[in-house]
Amino acid sequence: MPEPLLSVTDLTVVYDTARGPVTAVDHVELIVEKGQFTAVVGESGCGKSTLMFAVAQLLNPPARIAGGTVRFRGENLVTLGERELNALRWRDYSVVLQSAMNALNPVATLAAQYKDAMAAHGTHTNEEIRARSSEVLDLVGIDPVHLHSYPHQLSGGMRQRAMIAMALLLTPDLVIMDEPTSALDVVAQRSLMVQIKELQQLLGFAVVFVTHDMSLVSHFSDQLLVMYAGQVVEQGPTRTVFDHPSHPYSRGLLEAFPSIRGPRVPLHGIPGSPPDLAAPPAGCRFTPRCPLVHERCHVSEPALYEVGAARSRCLLHLTEAAS
Amino acid sequence: MSPLLETIGLTRHFKVGTGLTRSVLHAVDDVDLAIGEREIVALVGESGSGKSTLARLVAQVHKPTRGEIRYQGQPLTAHRGRRAKLAYRGDVPMVFQDPFASLNPAYRVSHGILRGLKLHRPELSGAERQAEAERVVEAVGLTPAAEVLSRFPYELSGGQRQRIGFAQALAHRPKLILADEPVSMLDVSIRIGLLNVMADLRETEGVSILYITHDIAGARYLSDRIAVMYGGHVVETGPTEDVLAHPRHPYTELLLSAVPDPRAPLDVDAAAAKTDPPVVIDPTPSCRFRTRCPLAVDRCHHVTPRLHPVAQGHTAACHVTAPPEGAQ
Ligand SMILES: Nc1ncnc2c1ncn2[C@@H]1O[C@H](COP(=O)(O)OP(=O)(O)OP(=O)(O)O)[C@@H](O)[C@H]1O
Ligand SMILES: Nc1ncnc2c1ncn2[C@@H]1O[C@H](COP(=O)(O)OP(=O)(O)O)[C@@H](O)[C@H]1O
Ligand code: SF4
Ligand code: SF4
Ligand SMILES: [Mg+2]
Ligand SMILES: [Mg+2]
Repeated sequence: MPEPLLSVTDLTVVYDTARGPVTAVDHVELIVEKGQFTAVVGESGCGKSTLMFAVAQLLNPPARIAGGTVRFRGENLVTLGERELNALRWRDYSVVLQSAMNALNPVATLAAQYKDAMAAHGTHTNEEIRARSSEVLDLVGIDPVHLHSYPHQLSGGMRQRAMIAMALLLTPDLVIMDEPTSALDVVAQRSLMVQIKELQQLLGFAVVFVTHDMSLVSHFSDQLLVMYAGQVVEQGPTRTVFDHPSHPYSRGLLEAFPSIRGPRVPLHGIPGSPPDLAAPPAGCRFTPRCPLVHERCHVSEPALYEVGAARSRCLLHLTEAAS
Repeated sequence: MSPLLETIGLTRHFKVGTGLTRSVLHAVDDVDLAIGEREIVALVGESGSGKSTLARLVAQVHKPTRGEIRYQGQPLTAHRGRRAKLAYRGDVPMVFQDPFASLNPAYRVSHGILRGLKLHRPELSGAERQAEAERVVEAVGLTPAAEVLSRFPYELSGGQRQRIGFAQALAHRPKLILADEPVSMLDVSIRIGLLNVMADLRETEGVSILYITHDIAGARYLSDRIAVMYGGHVVETGPTEDVLAHPRHPYTELLLSAVPDPRAPLDVDAAAAKTDPPVVIDPTPSCRFRTRCPLAVDRCHHVTPRLHPVAQGHTAACHVTAPPEGAQ
């Protein structure tokens, strides 16, 4: 079998804080095949953004990679130097950061910012840069006249699209998107999702898409990763996880959405909030909030167990996996 | 009997641009909206449709350009005394659901609540104020109340801060809470918790709520009636279940089709979902949805549709799907 496009193994990221080390990403595994759409979901504070920063090698102190590898097209990014990484960024992989609304430079036109990104990768004439910039704006549904606009002249949705266009300038193989739609209203959100999916099918790049709103990705992603307290608690084909969530946390996330169809039923969501990662609970980290908690959960730490096509970090699946 | 609060032809324009490019932005145009006692009305619509402006008009943060607000049957005139204005502010508070904007980081949680009590209910003694502060904090589901009151905002989670926003409003013994939810959506568990707090407040405190949101599923969960805004107009209104089961305005249909529902197959009309905002700067008479509407006819380009009844208590403003009676 050929090597996957991206393969993350045992990745651990620690923030060194005044209160001691905070393990925001704890032995995470993630495999992304060429052209695949992977969604990473979980409540805020579960380590999603930290994981994306670590994969893209964009971490700054007090964050550091405490262990593990990030193999991208066969190379371990963790051991690469800044120069080698710069050669890969934008061209081989690109990142659309959370609050992309503010990630654009407010005092430069889109044209100037696109030019900088392309010029860093050498041999383009001004004419090529202009043509490619118009082309990517057109791809995301923005009139190329806006190349000469400053970010504040664009609506929130347009800024988000302009960031995605920038990420596509050099046709990378992997685009990482951290909550790109969270600041948009439902119609704008839905139309951006449809557009990302169409672009992905057209151009063939792989997407890792981070969101706290699980319902958003149900129709768009191939693979789903559910994170809780720095760990992957469930991983599997998206449809499988939505239809038969294995982990009590995934089930809780799914049941916390009111629906516009069917009878109106009272919902309770998941009581409480994710733990402080400086001092996570012993045993399973979901114990304080889990409706199925039992004695053993407080003492044994679950691993990821296979459950059909998915994997779940819950002791209830221990026996199933062993048999 | 008249409703608790009613807006009649409520309109707010803003002047934008300077000199030659001076023009008028129609943020809210001709809105008739009624909110009954103990009623929860959801106001939904896309970003920029005028929801917050309407709430600010009702809260008397903005002065209307035209139109009237009637509260308990009486018009709110500009010339009321300070006392009447203060009483209205206590009766109809606004709760910003942005947990970071609404609490002063330098003071304990108790500060804002006690200050509000002093201002709006001066008859209470110090001990009564403390007891009342504890009661409202408990009413929004935060315990132990005395301990929560002694915390600083940074010692609370986002969801807890939002509950404090409601507790502050409750301290005034409100009749109608204007709850404005931010675009950036909250975590699912926080969101459902707040929806339940609002539902409880109506039961236990008997308040009415105007719930402003992008989240139609949440609006359905909570509200009795719904009003859909587009480009400054209310384009459809009626009992929530009826409007969502039988939407009549093409924009309401678009909104419904955009709601992500993992339990339903993907159904999205990418063409209608394109998001050019409506023209609300110097608009000419017309339907503001015409540039995105799959049903638009000639008339939509030069006549503004008005709300017409389509079912019991259900109205819609569309030349094609809701023509005035007898016009068909
Ligand atoms: N003070 C102001 N001056 C000029 N224009 C304004 C002002 N306040 C609001 N507007 C304009 O009025 C329109 C309605 O804005 P409003 O804030 O009411 O929208 P909204 O429906 O609350 O949107 P969102 O869902 O994004 O909060 C927008 O076009 C906005 O730009
Ligand atoms: N700069 C930082 N210093 C210390 N801790 C941090 C920092 N950034 C994030 N964290 C912590 O790391 C954890 C994961 O955060 P984050 O990756 O932003 O989660 P998510 O994207 O899932 O909301 C949280 O507990 C957060 O408080
Ligand atoms: S291990 Fe126990 S506490 Fe953890 S998710 Fe499973 S049942 Fe719940
Ligand atoms: S009035 Fe015309 S443009 Fe407006 S919603 Fe109805 S059919 Fe569409
Ligand atoms: Mg994040
Ligand atoms: Mg608003």
